[in-house]
Amino acid sequence: MYSCADLKKGLKILINGEPHVIAQFDFTKPGKGQALYKCKLRNMLNGALFDRTYRSGESFEPASLEECDMQYLYQDETGYVFMDQKTYEQVTIEGDVLGDDKYFLVDNMEVKVLMFGERGIGVTLPNFVNLRVTQSDPWVKGDTAAGNNKPATVESGYTLQVPSFVEEGVLIQIDTRTGEYVTRVKE
Amino acid sequence: MNEINWAIARKREKLIARARIIQQIRAFFAQRDYLEVETPQRIPANAPEPHIDAVPSNDWVLQTSPELAMKRLLAAGHQRLFQICRVWRQGERGSQHLPEFTLLEWYRSQANYSALMDECEQLLLALAPTGAINWQGTDIQLTPPWDRLTVAEAFERYASLSLQQALSNDRFEEILTDEIEPRLGYKRPLFLTEYPAEMAALARKKPEHPEVAERFELYINGLEVANAFSELTDPVEQRQRFEQDEATRVGAGKPPQPLPEKFLREMHHLPDCAGIALGIDRLIMLLTEAKRIGDVVAFTPEEL
Repeated sequence: MYSCADLKKGLKILINGEPHVIAQFDFTKPGKGQALYKCKLRNMLNGALFDRTYRSGESFEPASLEECDMQYLYQDETGYVFMDQKTYEQVTIEGDVLGDDKYFLVDNMEVKVLMFGERGIGVTLPNFVNLRVTQSDPWVKGDTAAGNNKPATVESGYTLQVPSFVEEGVLIQIDTRTGEYVTRVKE
Repeated sequence: MNEINWAIARKREKLIARARIIQQIRAFFAQRDYLEVETPQRIPANAPEPHIDAVPSNDWVLQTSPELAMKRLLAAGHQRLFQICRVWRQGERGSQHLPEFTLLEWYRSQANYSALMDECEQLLLALAPTGAINWQGTDIQLTPPWDRLTVAEAFERYASLSLQQALSNDRFEEILTDEIEPRLGYKRPLFLTEYPAEMAALARKKPEHPEVAERFELYINGLEVANAFSELTDPVEQRQRFEQDEATRVGAGKPPQPLPEKFLREMHHLPDCAGIALGIDRLIMLLTEAKRIGDVVAFTPEEL
């Protein structure tokens, strides 16, 4: 069993017998009072998002899911398609169920697909992924401060903050666990 | 070759602002005849708090607040004191919490919590010379006097339950966080006052309303920034409250800790006084438009 101290983004727990993943997590504690653990949970079967607040002392049943090594193939109108590398069977997962993870899929990427019976309900991604910047405002000349940042959109449609020197067309590395910029990638 | 670590580098402007703000805070208190002190960070015991856990350090603990040491100095004859120090609270990590953070505490003899509200107004005006804090394009006006709202009024005005209902159903913190805090301190800062007496173990009860304590919390932009009391000066009552809170802790399965006997013994000499703890990191968040507390410190625990 997990306790509140174990709660964090990405943790998978069972609620009413169904697997849920913590999509967003925050800890808060108003005025010397009891700690509150605020979670945005995604039902991994239907993608439904909802908020729930837990308090110290509550416990959680881990969602133990089978993981299969698969390769990401492509996206079509039904969702994101993966192929089992042993059986060559294909599994499709809807975008809503994948959440932000869908932005970090690259063609032919090897991932672990989480299975609930016969259904694929999520992926475990590599910790880092390289994606190309497709839109970002140009570097303002004279802006040399190392810490300055600006928004950028990458090829998957994901938007994040990058340093001001990152220009359109550049390949960047993103940490899939936090969704944040790590570095430019030399090509 | 790797790029520089951008997660660290991007905080440069915030750290420059942080250093400036802390210098201005020191100047503010020096001008008002406050003595800056340093007290030990590793101590035998903190005041027992039902919901705050200390980090053990050999057979002692790291401080969760310098409060007891500051009051012992007041009891030894100091009049006006301030301290900027690190404190540790186990397991507290969120967008507005760090398990190791920086507190500003100041104490003033012959004063009550109203005087500290006035001083908060003056301090913020000194740190924001335009007279406003700009947050995402809107101004939080700092011109005094700031709004004052009692906890009971806040529940009546904003919450789905009354204060009494929330307390008896053990939903005080939940309602406060979800329904009340998001409404506090947007046009101008707000003092939330008169907390239930049982929520302020070190505060004096309000003489004309002993069911509430002379305690306030300062809210700016929905963020809890400071906590203040008119200090309790009665050692007999203080011992009873400590024993009760310690029993609550032990009953909840937390390790027993010794009561701060030297503090209790010297408390006979504690003058009428008021004290306040202000979260420096959160104040810097507000003054630099940072959304996460990790953006205003050089390193978060995750970055170590």
